[in-house]
Amino acid sequence: MKKIFNKLPALASVALAATMGLGSTVAQAQEKTITLCWAAWDPANALVELSKDFTAQSKVKMKFEFVPWPNFADRMLNELNSKGKLCDLIIGDSQWIGGAAESGHYVKLNDFFAKEGIKMTDFAPATVVGYAEWPKNTPNYWALPAMADALGWTYRKDWFAKPDIQAEFKKKHNRDLAPPKTWTEFKQVSEFFQGRMIDGKKVYGAYIFTERGSEGITMGVSNVFYPFGFKYQDPKKPYALDGFVNSPDSVRALEFYKSLHKGSTPPGLTNSYMGEGLDAFKSGQVAMMMNWFAFFPGLDKDPNVGGAKIGYFVNPSDKAKGVQLGGQGISVVSYSPNRNEALAYIKWFANPEVQKKWQAIGGSSAHNAVLKDPGYLKSAPYAAAFQESMNQVVDFWAEPSYAQLMLAQQKRVHDFVVADKGTAKEALDGLVADWKKVFKDDGKIK
Amino acid sequence: MSVQTPLVDRLARATPMPVASQLRGLSDRSIAWIFIGPTMLLLLAINIFPLIWTVKLSFTNYRANRPNAAVTDLGIENYVTILTDPDIWAAMQTTAHFVFWTIALQTLIGFTLAFLIDRKFRGHGFWTTLILIPMMLSPAVVGNFWAFLYQPQTGLFNAVVAALTGVSPSSFSMLGEVPLAPWAIILVDSWMWTPYVMLICLAGLRSIPDYIYEAAEVDRASKWRQFWSITLPMVLPFIMLAVLFRGIENFKMFDMVNLLTSGGPGSTTEVASITLKREAFEKWRTGYSSAFAIILFVAVFGLANIYVKALNHIKNR
Repeated sequence: MKKIFNKLPALASVALAATMGLGSTVAQAQEKTITLCWAAWDPANALVELSKDFTAQSKVKMKFEFVPWPNFADRMLNELNSKGKLCDLIIGDSQWIGGAAESGHYVKLNDFFAKEGIKMTDFAPATVVGYAEWPKNTPNYWALPAMADALGWTYRKDWFAKPDIQAEFKKKHNRDLAPPKTWTEFKQVSEFFQGRMIDGKKVYGAYIFTERGSEGITMGVSNVFYPFGFKYQDPKKPYALDGFVNSPDSVRALEFYKSLHKGSTPPGLTNSYMGEGLDAFKSGQVAMMMNWFAFFPGLDKDPNVGGAKIGYFVNPSDKAKGVQLGGQGISVVSYSPNRNEALAYIKWFANPEVQKKWQAIGGSSAHNAVLKDPGYLKSAPYAAAFQESMNQVVDFWAEPSYAQLMLAQQKRVHDFVVADKGTAKEALDGLVADWKKVFKDDGKIK
Repeated sequence: MSVQTPLVDRLARATPMPVASQLRGLSDRSIAWIFIGPTMLLLLAINIFPLIWTVKLSFTNYRANRPNAAVTDLGIENYVTILTDPDIWAAMQTTAHFVFWTIALQTLIGFTLAFLIDRKFRGHGFWTTLILIPMMLSPAVVGNFWAFLYQPQTGLFNAVVAALTGVSPSSFSMLGEVPLAPWAIILVDSWMWTPYVMLICLAGLRSIPDYIYEAAEVDRASKWRQFWSITLPMVLPFIMLAVLFRGIENFKMFDMVNLLTSGGPGSTTEVASITLKREAFEKWRTGYSSAFAIILFVAVFGLANIYVKALNHIKNR
């Protein structure tokens, strides 16, 4: 006993040191900060609000690095390629998944999902394939679907409802003026509004994407390609492009997009993407606007064109249906020194209650708990169009060489549609040649 | 002196002996190397080493975004591909067109402005400052606000053209039409950089001694004769210097084109630097883009050297 008493001061010191050490560990954990990287847009602001709950629950602080869309890919892919430690979590574009997975930029999440009971069957199938899987349609997950998105349409409901406009349209086309369901109807409506005077102001038919530098015109034309029958490759033979990318349907679609650009859009629409589209719609220049659903919550609240003045519709169809997929998944960056905290964020974010709040405050959940909720369709004026769109989505290539494939299409399509260079067939034949070269360099074809 | 001596003594005493004794044994040449050594090392690290590394990469298929992929030695394949690629030649042609016209306009207008400003008139200092403002702005700011000015429906440029010619302002798009887009960029670059050429020409004009003109007056030389025989020959080296600076700058022009058109419509304004950026940092063809960068470097370096020789020839005449 005496020995024990003799050792008491030493034991006390050890205990004190241990307690202090533990205390400092707790303090360190409390002070831990992780950084989430994404594009700078409305949903990112909603995520900042949402993440306050994570900090309150886990004591892990959140920092955010938001980059404007035009520079987002350049900035973030540079960061990943240089194995930077800026981002612990990244909400990366769907097309990056192949390159990020194969280069080891993202942490593979299969084991983590299995351990934490996160099931991919709880998310909309298109978002799992689009945002999480590589190779596509295999159960290899590199992200959790975070921001479900697709290309949709807004229209000026108040203009469509004007009796004089209704009457004139009916006289001309022998049908009621309504949001178009097919591309033929779309063209009629857009040409009807083109150059029309409404409320003393000259307005135009439609806003479509024509941006040259990043992905704009490719995203826009894809919304016409898919319904017209364009296919990226032979469904039975991967990377066989001839007769699919440059099929007669694809040629027809490209010519159609050009005819829209020349005859149904405001003047000077030659290098414009989502931001310029929002400006054109908000300033009352166009009757219909192509844009990402992610912007629609903000537009719906706009004092000038929102509320009762705005309506939404699904991308028109032709011989088929098809919508360009947008959106992103959230991934853990391999080079992050805070992997455990980043994974804890993913676990928290996957919770159905968090997903419901995410949807409610301006995000766009891909979780079935939100999308299949009985009240979902009435939750917002654009919800029905969004749900229908998500059943039709198709995405661009997500290969590691997606940037080369994208830039080739940007050039070929812009050359034909905006710069009037060559024919649609020549543009698509050129695109096939460009893509074949990329796949050959990658060893995908001989 | 009485104040300095104790100070020098104190400093000498404060100098640690080992260092002092070591330095005492060094030759002038060694001391010179000690002084320039750090600068040389810095230059080697940030200029020469990257250049050598770029040359090395240009012979490979290396991609910076695929660090795990095998790197193959391609020999001169990248160079052959670039020099036989019609798209690259189109970009070089666009660059040449851009360089030629910007230099021609900037030299002509810049010299004219300098000639006019050189005449002493009331408020010439104010006008000089006003003319110099564009070159003090950031190219990013200039690119963005000219994009607004060129906006067909609301832009001031189209409105002014409409007021002067009677055409509808929304009937043409400076940045969106193939025939107009290159000229839109040339116009903006000239607006921004003509003052720079003017400044150099003004320095040349002010360096001409008055007595030469006075002697010409005595010889009854006309103003026109004075211009051709005195002003122009004496300002020519300055003009050529301005042309050299603007030529090198415009050969690698990127910011303005990127902000105004991103190389469009189609590829109409895709200059070599835009192509290089796309290859290097969007397509991540690092080996290929290194070869392209070397070709551009050799082209600019070679042309600049020929030009400098011509400049020296004129100066020595």
